[in-house]
Amino acid sequence: MNGATDPFDEMRDPAGAVRPAYAGYSTWYDEQDPNWLRRKNAEAEGVFRRTGITFNVYGEDAAEERLIPFDMIPRIVSAAEWRRLSKGIEQRVRALNAFIHDLYHRQEIIRSGRVPERLFRDNAAWLPDMVGFTPPGGVYTHVVGIDLVRTGPNDFFVLEDNARTPSGVSYMLENRETMMAMFPELFTRVQVEAVSDYPMRLARSLAACAPAMTSGKPVVAVLTPGIYNSAYYEHAFLADQMGAELVEGIDLRLVDGRIAMRTTGGYQPIDVLYRRVDDEYLDPLTFNPESVLGVPGIMDVYRAGGITIANAPGTGIADDKAVYSFMPEIVEFYTGEKPLLPNVETFRCVDPDSLKYVLDNLAELVVKEVHGSGGYGMLVGPAASRRELAEFRRKLAARPENYIAQPTLALSTCPVFARKGLAPRHVDLRPYVLVSPDRIDITPGGLTRVALKKGSLVVNSSQGGGTKDTWVLKD
Amino acid sequence: MLARTANGLFWMFRYLERAENTARLLDAGMRMALTRDLVTAEEEWRSVIHAAGQGAAYRAKHGTYTGIQVWNHILRDRDNPGSVLAMMRQVRTNARGVRNAISGELWAVVNESWMALDDKLSRPIGQGSVGEVVGMIRRAGTLAHGAMVNSMLRDAGYNFARAGTFVERADNTARILDMKYYLLLPSLSYVGSSLDSGQWDQVLRSVAGDRAYRWLNAGQTDPRGIVEFLVMDQRFPRSLSHSHHQLGANLAALERIHDAELPSGALIRASCDSLVDLSIEKVFEDGLHQYIQGFLGRNQAIANAIVQDYRFMG
Repeated sequence: MNGATDPFDEMRDPAGAVRPAYAGYSTWYDEQDPNWLRRKNAEAEGVFRRTGITFNVYGEDAAEERLIPFDMIPRIVSAAEWRRLSKGIEQRVRALNAFIHDLYHRQEIIRSGRVPERLFRDNAAWLPDMVGFTPPGGVYTHVVGIDLVRTGPNDFFVLEDNARTPSGVSYMLENRETMMAMFPELFTRVQVEAVSDYPMRLARSLAACAPAMTSGKPVVAVLTPGIYNSAYYEHAFLADQMGAELVEGIDLRLVDGRIAMRTTGGYQPIDVLYRRVDDEYLDPLTFNPESVLGVPGIMDVYRAGGITIANAPGTGIADDKAVYSFMPEIVEFYTGEKPLLPNVETFRCVDPDSLKYVLDNLAELVVKEVHGSGGYGMLVGPAASRRELAEFRRKLAARPENYIAQPTLALSTCPVFARKGLAPRHVDLRPYVLVSPDRIDITPGGLTRVALKKGSLVVNSSQGGGTKDTWVLKD
Repeated sequence: MLARTANGLFWMFRYLERAENTARLLDAGMRMALTRDLVTAEEEWRSVIHAAGQGAAYRAKHGTYTGIQVWNHILRDRDNPGSVLAMMRQVRTNARGVRNAISGELWAVVNESWMALDDKLSRPIGQGSVGEVVGMIRRAGTLAHGAMVNSMLRDAGYNFARAGTFVERADNTARILDMKYYLLLPSLSYVGSSLDSGQWDQVLRSVAGDRAYRWLNAGQTDPRGIVEFLVMDQRFPRSLSHSHHQLGANLAALERIHDAELPSGALIRASCDSLVDLSIEKVFEDGLHQYIQGFLGRNQAIANAIVQDYRFMG
């Protein structure tokens, strides 16, 4: 797994033959006029720009809006592959949920010695306010995104668990809409599982987690930090598609023991709040007193059974990169089964032997900050300059507990539509998982992120990556 | 519906209306100036600046009133928060804030209009393209109204959007009328002169009422007839009477939706009644300017009552 061999090509085998999952698409593609495809490609950007499918970039001209580049060659997963992935994802999500519940209650996994106490004690995402409290329906991670990478025909690895507020699902939906608008006949040739009912499923799943005080049909609202937030487009999109209100902190207040939104006819209680605001801004009375993004008193209402917060506060404890390295143990502890989806081999720099190995092999490794996200605060050894390596050596020596390291994976490639035709680029995959008290619902597909630069392994949108439509084939 | 959303819809359409009326005003100024010499038509351009309510901001920056200065100031000056560019940005920002309350079609036309105007107004506007820009702004308004009428659910959001349109239109038409009466004539002895009737014609043009007026009045251009048309004729979509009757219908719908009789509803009903009872003789007897000032005050009171009644600000 050190990148010496050719990466796995999702579309073609080493002999150049098209793999079965891509057979239908490939036949269609070869029949198309290349000039027409080129025109279609240019059209796609116009569609995204006009419909305003954008994300905001902080720090530039007061939140400039940008497009995430869209590549029109789909990433295709066979029905059999998807079944296998789904089982692994479901197992993992079940374990994540049980793990969070355990950490905030009896902490049996720590007492058993399977994971060290420091895992939550040193963790910034640990919320003492959640100790001993069980959220409505016992659900912590209502919406989860599991980042997967592939290195071989049967080798899928979990790269990251996004248990607090996974974003990007609007791109999954818009990418499909765009593909269907551009190539309608293609979808009659190749049978693809639909993703378009995700917002309905989300609304249903959230409503199924309504709190005790709900009377009648649960009122669901999406809480956004506002139009300058990087993911505002997605917040508005999901609220729109769910038929829910899109609220900001200033719209909400505590009224008669409930959290209510200010409507033109007065205050109306909310039952389920799908929040896209971080824990620390959620309640200025409990957390950051400076914050105007949240709602004063919401934690008290929450604890009294007056509202469901999705995802539950304190859930971030589970998607810390230090916790990630223990996921195989965690899955086994709570499910009694071996993990169906393996982790990427991970060195915990807090462990002196691992630290020594990491320092000795820094140029071959990817080093990640334990609490970092979005591709920030990370070192990609093979692509790093001498100076960057030296800088990370210093950082590692100073605060080893802050870092984990992983081998540079030979991430699989998918073709993208380049000027001279198809060209392989590295991809990852984020399927979206909905959790309610009685079911775990995985949308067939997900967000495929693609590194648009040749050879690059960085697929994050904040670092210049793009996205593709992801197809799960019907049997 | 969410009060912040109602507020966003209300202001989205107020700004859209104001931008469109400003463009119409500019268009009228252009025609007025063309009948003289484009560069030296000081008075005409001064009146446009005044009618747009931008006298102070303009004087702070310029000493003379030339066409190119005036239209660049009004359309795109970065230091001018009342520029059409700034208003259209407000339209789009409000639309973004209420995206889940407007249809996809409406969002798309607003977003496209904004992108086109932002691009066009990134460079100074010369004489050759000012007409094109004015056309783009008018078209932006037309497209947005069309998308809304064709695609939006007739719920409270629709009525708040329409309320914003008609509060602003009533205000703008009244101001344009007032400016003519008060500012344009050098002295009373000019009343009835060719300068006077030419200016009245421009008033009609600036609210896009010239053709409708001629159709209804067989080409007679007299101040009394024009004022009657712009104040009292319910058939004309920019008249004060039409604006307030539409506003009244939208506020009545909102009262039904909220199952409450509210102060804003009482105020608009009183205004509609007074417009029906009005006689043009009475307006001129008491003074057009006095009448317009009274109307502007009532219109503002209704706008304030809407903000209160529907809890826009908390």
